[in-house]
Order: sequence, then C-alpha cells, then structure tokens
Amino acid sequence: MNFSRREALALALGSVAAAAIPSLALASVDEAVAAFTGGAEVGTGPGVTLTAPEIAENGNTVPVSVDAPDAVAILVLAAGNPTPAVATFKFGELAGAHMASTRIRLSQTQDVIAIAQLADGSFVRASSEVKVTIGGCGG
Amino acid sequence: MISRREFLQASVAASALYGASGVGNWSRLAAQQALTQDQLLQFDAFGNVTLIHITDIHAQLKPIWFREPEINIGVGDVKGIPPHITGMDFIKEFNLQPGSAEAYALTHEDFIALGKTYGKMGGMDRVATVVKSIRAERPEAIILDGGDTWHGSMTSLLTKGQDVVNVMNKLGVEAMTSHWEWTLGTERVKEIVDALPFPFLGQNIFDAEWDEPAFEPYTWFERGGAKIAVIGQAFPYMPIANPGWMFPEYSFGIRDERMQEMVEEVRAAGADLVVVLSHNGFDVDRKMASRVKGIDVILTGHTHDAIPEPVLVGETILIASGSHGKYVSRVDLDVRDGKMMGFRHKLIPIFADVITPDAEMAALIDAERAPFKDQLEEVIGKTESLLYRRGNFNGTWDDLICDAMLSERDAEIAMSPGVRWGASVMPGENITREDIHNATSMTYPNCYRTEMTGEFLNVVLEDVADNLFNTDPYYQQGGDMVRVGGLGYSIDVSKPIGSRISNMTLLKTGEAIDPARTYIVAGWASVNEGTEGPPIWDVVEDHIRKIGTVKLDPNTSVDVTGV
Repeated sequence: MNFSRREALALALGSVAAAAIPSLALASVDEAVAAFTGGAEVGTGPGVTLTAPEIAENGNTVPVSVDAPDAVAILVLAAGNPTPAVATFKFGELAGAHMASTRIRLSQTQDVIAIAQLADGSFVRASSEVKVTIGGCGG
Repeated sequence: MISRREFLQASVAASALYGASGVGNWSRLAAQQALTQDQLLQFDAFGNVTLIHITDIHAQLKPIWFREPEINIGVGDVKGIPPHITGMDFIKEFNLQPGSAEAYALTHEDFIALGKTYGKMGGMDRVATVVKSIRAERPEAIILDGGDTWHGSMTSLLTKGQDVVNVMNKLGVEAMTSHWEWTLGTERVKEIVDALPFPFLGQNIFDAEWDEPAFEPYTWFERGGAKIAVIGQAFPYMPIANPGWMFPEYSFGIRDERMQEMVEEVRAAGADLVVVLSHNGFDVDRKMASRVKGIDVILTGHTHDAIPEPVLVGETILIASGSHGKYVSRVDLDVRDGKMMGFRHKLIPIFADVITPDAEMAALIDAERAPFKDQLEEVIGKTESLLYRRGNFNGTWDDLICDAMLSERDAEIAMSPGVRWGASVMPGENITREDIHNATSMTYPNCYRTEMTGEFLNVVLEDVADNLFNTDPYYQQGGDMVRVGGLGYSIDVSKPIGSRISNMTLLKTGEAIDPARTYIVAGWASVNEGTEGPPIWDVVEDHIRKIGTVKLDPNTSVDVTGV
C-alpha cells in the first residue's frame, strides 16, 4: 500500500462512508458475507485489492487497506476474531477514489477478507493471511 | 537472434563449463596446494558494469573461523534446492572436490581438519585488498553493503557501531540497507546515517504513525555508460524479530507492491539496470523475484547463505554472498540498450592466509581495537570441542550458552535465540572474552529467569518453528530454531503450525513436559522492554571460568522428522 497522508486526508474528505457493523447482528463470517451479498455468488479476481502485512508487527493495530475502483461498497472481515465484522465502506457517486484504509485488532493468526460489491451488482473477494506471532528470534 | 532469456541460460551453462561463475577456476588449483591471491581474484572482466557485494559481516573486522551449517532444511517449493543443501550434497551439486579449499569454505564437512590446512577466513583488511584489486581493473565498480554490518562484536557494541562504520566508509561502500543496525536504537541510527557518505536505503521502511515512506527507497549510479538504480530492501520483520521498542517510529514489512512501483518508477526514469540490495533472506527474495517484475539483480542477505552460482528466477539473478566477511561477490554485467544482456559472477572466498591485508585498513582496524585490546584478548577458558552456531536446531555454542544459563541462573530449562551470527572457536583454542561476545553481543543481552508453563513452552517452540518451516517464505523470519537446554523434543517439519512439536521432555528427570506445570526458564535476547538480568556474556564468562575447559557431548535432544 502506498498512499500519502495527504491522499488519505483527501480520501477522508471525499465521500467515503465507513460504517461499523453492529457486532451483535453478525455472528459469523458466513452470515456476514450472506448479509452483504444477499446470497449472490462471490467471484475471485482483480476487481478488489486487499493490502495487509504478512506478519503483523503489532496484533493490536494492524494496518489494512482495500482498493476496488468499480466498487460501490467493500466489506472487510477478520475471519478469526471473536467478532469478525470490521467495517463496510460505501462509495457514493462523488467518491474520488474507491479505496480505504484502517487499522484493526487481530486476536490471532487469521485471514482478513475483503468483498467488494461492484457497480454492476457482482461481488469479488480477496483475502490475505495475517500471522500474529510472538516473534523474537531474527537472524 | 538470441533472446535475453536464452542468453542468461546460455551464460549459466557456460559458467558451469568454463568456471566463469562461482568457484570453478581455483578449485583444481587449491587441490594442488597452490592457492594464491592472484588465483582467488582471477576474473575475466565482462561487460561494462561491475557490482561488488558484501553482506552480513556482523562487525567482524578480523579473520575468523566460521563453520557453515550441517542442517539447513527447505520446505515446500524450496525443499532440496540451494541454499537448502549442505555438506556432501552441496559438494556434489556444485562439482566441488571434497577436502578442497572451496569445500572447506562452503560446507561443514571435515571443518576442523581442513581449517588446519586452509586457515581462517574474512578480515576487512583482506576484503579491502580484494575491493582495491577489482577497482584497479574496474574503477567504476559499485560497492554495496547488504546490512547486518554495525552489530556482532564487542567493539561494535562498545563503540555503538562506530568502529564498523569507520571501516566501511574507508572501504568505500556506496549504499547499504539494514537489519541489526536498528538494535542500536532510532536515535543512534539517525546519528550515524546523518554522517554517512552514502545512502541508507529501504523502500520498505515506513513511518509507523502515518504509514509513509521514511527513508530513501533507491539511489542512482551512472557507471560504464549505463544508468543503474539500486533499490534498498531492509529486513521486513524488524519489530517482530527484534525489539520494536528500540525503533517505535518505524514500520517495515515486505511491501512488494511498493517494490513493484519503485521498479516501474526507476524504469520510467531511464534505468538501464535495476538492482535490489536486499535483507529479505534468500527464500523471501526468491519469492519476491517471482512476483515483482523488472528486477535484473537481487543482492540477497540475511539468511547467511553462500551460493557459488547465481540462482535464476525468470530473468532475475539472485546473488548470495555469505556472511561474516567470508566472501565478496563480484558480478560483471553487460548492460546495453536498457537491458541486462548477460553476467559473469564469482563468489570470492576471503582466505585470510592467502590474501594480503591492505595496510591502511589493517592499521585502521587495529586503531579501532586498541582502546579495548586488553578486554578483548583476556583468556576466559579453553575448549576441547569445536564451538559453532549455524544449523537449524542446535550448535555447540548454544549448547554451552544453555549450560551456562542452567547452571548460573539455576533453571530447569534454558532458551537461546536461533540467530545465525557468531564465529566459531576451534578445539584446543583458548576462549577469549571477544570470542564470547562474537556469539552473544547485542543491545538487549539481559539473561532473564522466569516461570513458564509447559503449555507456553510448547507455544514458543511451535511459533518459532513456524517462522522457519512455514511453506510460504513470506511468513518466514529467517532465523533458526530457538535453542533449548534441559528440554528435549521431536519436530516434524512437514506439519503445519500447532502440530510440529511433540514428545517435549524435561531431560533432568526424563519426564514428559506437563502443560499445566510451571517450569523455571532462563533465556536471553527477549524482545520485551524492561527485561531484567545480567548480560548473557557475563553469565557465559562466569560459567566458563568455573569449568575451565569446555567439553561438550553431542546434542541428541532434538529429534527431527518430516525432512
């Protein structure tokens, strides 16, 4: 991931609406996905890019970013957290860039998942394993 | 018309036939006991650009003994391929003669006996001679340092890296990247970097708060009529493998998307040749080379591998130049029309008794050491066993260090970090304070004594094993397995995390480790801030003084399967 503070601020001033998903509503990854897609098939492909570290430097604050130029919304999930839902980013017509970044807490090594709803109504998925380690033995 | 890919392949084939790459030329000469400096440096200049690569010297300014690993297991796609071959397999793979100088330099086979024949290796005064010789022929040769330079000796610790910085500046280094440098702390790193006459590169070093690039990603050279970009890649797992509290301002990571952007940026700016000066570790670099397009040469580092021939990934060549000043790589390249058309390579072994020390550099090194000479050279004890560290599971140095912790800290179990640095000591030699520091020197040396449950000990072993044996190199941190004393275990390296470790046994009683029981554990090199205890070198020194002569039994406490 590489966008500067200025771009991030510009992004924030654009038309990204980040809404935290009510944690009680969605108990599992499958339910969260189903609620987002309405049961539609989710493809894999180049439509959405998820950027996350391979190994978290600090599991309490892991930077992740999502980028899907054709998206109207992007769902982000941390599959191994007690509450998998992280956020749904919605992009309006005036959104300059359909990308967002945030920092999340990961309780353990797990997959972070991003599902983008594209303008044509289809869904694409990207996931990335983020390892949370005790570390300490670098050569 | 021959394509670039065919040319590279042809070039490798030719190098195997004619010894244009690697160690071929001097192997037969060495077997005839006719090793000379001229033969070590013999190289038919090629093309128009020369790179000189040295990496992971770990502050070793003087010649040292260094035994290469006997066990260096590769998993997944890299099983059984360089650098994951050792000993006789390595000798066969690269057509070396057993007992020859290169077999001694590159493998552990017959190390003690061959050491008597071929002597110590390394020494920055010898390296200076090699660099000067290459530069006499190729005045525009670019000298690049892959990092792990300012750490690893008693003098580097006492001078906060300044002795090595002075030596590398005199050598004429033109760019570097970093890893253990950061364990000097942010303030000291910045102080040194501000005074360096060359850039401190790292496209993957970011400001932790704002997630913005914090250091120069690349630098430019115009040499031999070619425009050359050198992109730096620092060790990706800095705050995980080493104490993040010492450099909290920075975040690292592999960031191969940004590496791709940097390659495209320098190509767009007219780079004829793109070189990555990396501290990723060999397997991480091999994977990165398959994902990032447009890199011509990766000068690898971190995992301390010495490979006598370049490894090709697509159209990228990977150069592995070993560690501790044992080798210098010379890479001659034919760069024309914005492309690398071919290469010639030699991993030059620094045989300390064959290569004449450069007088100026020798004087500088001695001047740097002079204030500490008495401390360095004080004899603490003697060893009847070879003391070495490298290997995936254990080495005699860490057996000795673990024994020292068990005894001096009155612990049931001892843990020593699986770092890959540390010079060897030959049987029959005295152990000096400098020798102990060569195996222990660091800025977070406190030897803690604490309680851990059997369950937690299992978690530690599983976690570290996954850093080494995860089949995806991007999840490997490049160290070896944590060394243990007082504890035996079995490991199946082919299994996933959580199921590799079994049969954990407390050696003192022969009983199985009880997950619920609490054990007294001593260890050192904790990444946690505020760790208390005496410096590990004092613990080891006290132990050696008490026993007088070190004699270690073979370590059979780790049972390895799944290879």
